[in-house]
Amino acid sequence: MTLLAIDHLQLRHGLLEAVRDFSLSVGEGETVALVGANGAGKTTLLRAIAGAHRASAGTISFDGDDITRVPAHRRVRMGIALVPEGRRLFPSLTVEENLLVAADGGRGGRWTVDSVIAAFPLLARLRDQRAATLSGGEQQATAIGRALMTNPRLLLLDEVSLGLAPLAVDAVYESLPVLIAGGATILLVEQDLTRAMKAADRIVCLLEGQLVLEGARDQLTREQITDAYFGLHRTRGVSA
Amino acid sequence: MTWVNDVVQGIMLGGFYALLACGLALMFGLMRIINLAHGDLAVLGAYLVYLLLEHWNTSPFLGFVAVLPVMLLIGYVLQRVLLERSLRSGLLVPLLTTFGLSIVIQNLLDQGFSPDDRSLGASAGNIATASWQITSQLSIPAIGALALGVAIVIFGGLQLFLSKTGPGRQMRATAQDPDTAELVGINSRAVYARATAIAVAIAAVGGVFLAIRSSFTPYSGPTYLIFAFEAVVIGGLGSSLWATLAGGIVLGVAQTIGGQINPEYPILAGHIVFLAVLASPRGGLLNLRRATA
Repeated sequence: MTLLAIDHLQLRHGLLEAVRDFSLSVGEGETVALVGANGAGKTTLLRAIAGAHRASAGTISFDGDDITRVPAHRRVRMGIALVPEGRRLFPSLTVEENLLVAADGGRGGRWTVDSVIAAFPLLARLRDQRAATLSGGEQQATAIGRALMTNPRLLLLDEVSLGLAPLAVDAVYESLPVLIAGGATILLVEQDLTRAMKAADRIVCLLEGQLVLEGARDQLTREQITDAYFGLHRTRGVSA
Repeated sequence: MTWVNDVVQGIMLGGFYALLACGLALMFGLMRIINLAHGDLAVLGAYLVYLLLEHWNTSPFLGFVAVLPVMLLIGYVLQRVLLERSLRSGLLVPLLTTFGLSIVIQNLLDQGFSPDDRSLGASAGNIATASWQITSQLSIPAIGALALGVAIVIFGGLQLFLSKTGPGRQMRATAQDPDTAELVGINSRAVYARATAIAVAIAAVGGVFLAIRSSFTPYSGPTYLIFAFEAVVIGGLGSSLWATLAGGIVLGVAQTIGGQINPEYPILAGHIVFLAVLASPRGGLLNLRRATA
């Protein structure tokens, strides 16, 4: 069943076209990785799905409803949660408050402060610590936990490994199966191709705001993706 | 002993200023709106209580209880209809909007109530004039003590609301990062409207005390806005509620001590302390720059 359907979406930053004529559908329970170079429009796309960026053309549907004009806070209630790039925790709120504040606006469900802490045990001793004092990995765990507190059906993860120590990144990716087992559909942006290919069922490659390659993980080779990533397929495509 | 008396009087005057400053600090801390109509909203509250007392002979404090829902509603609608739209166009537009609103409120009050001096002092009864004589040099006026007490209760209550309740948590999160607040399901516009409702209601509390302490006209608002604004700046620009209460008290003490030095100096002394804080390296200007950055 299709959970998220994006149809001919166009996103702009002023005059700049960040995403052009982009269409994608994501089925319930799928994990899709969005890869592409810096500036390809991945973050803008995720923000548009979450409602933080207005679409200038095209539609976004969630679970059959057109949500293109629905404000971000109502999309959270419908079951979309974004873990934003750079974590964006509320710095002077404690870890527990960061989690609770998301529960207020979200849907009820299996994720509570206790179950989030059970999924990210490193947070247990940080409960009453202000978010500003956490390390990068701890912040990332809190940010993912905060998104989970809304009990999302679709979880959008934007560069969760950015600026983290490799061990912290491992910890974050180890938690993904837990989320998937919980029934969440995941759309993640990742710079690290190896991790993206390991975590996702399907890879979608963006180049300069356009979808250039899409396929199931086991149908794509690393080379194909790298070519699409750098835009090499254009010239090869002609010669082939 | 006169100095002790001045400080005591100043602390109580400060409680009154803090009541006026509370809503101003709340709105600035949350939305970066400097509400230039804040003083006029306080005066509007005083007039509404005055209007009520013309028909029912009761205490101004009971009258305020009846006016409270009206003020909450005025604040909510004000945010939804006017300030929310201005906020979309940057930080300067709300300043202009509230400046215009200030003039509108003054002229409407002038039309409705004439420019005559009014006071709620007489209808407040004994409390307006009563005082406790501690020593021959030191007496505590009941109304001053009441204003300080109410200020402490309101600041404490608001602090509890912000730190312990769900809506308070949402308000703090929205103050720090409204975009991300939306992404975790907080309706930031509703949060803003709730905050403005609270701010306007507290302004009206200040307005009632203003009306009992002295007389007021439709044009009294801006004078008290300046004192409220000074209290907010001295208290670190709405960064913390208790600091705003302290800012009010510092201003009040500066004014009474200035008045002791020379009866012409109270207002000047307050302004000097305000300017000194604003110019000091850790003071207001720095905060202001950070706030607008």
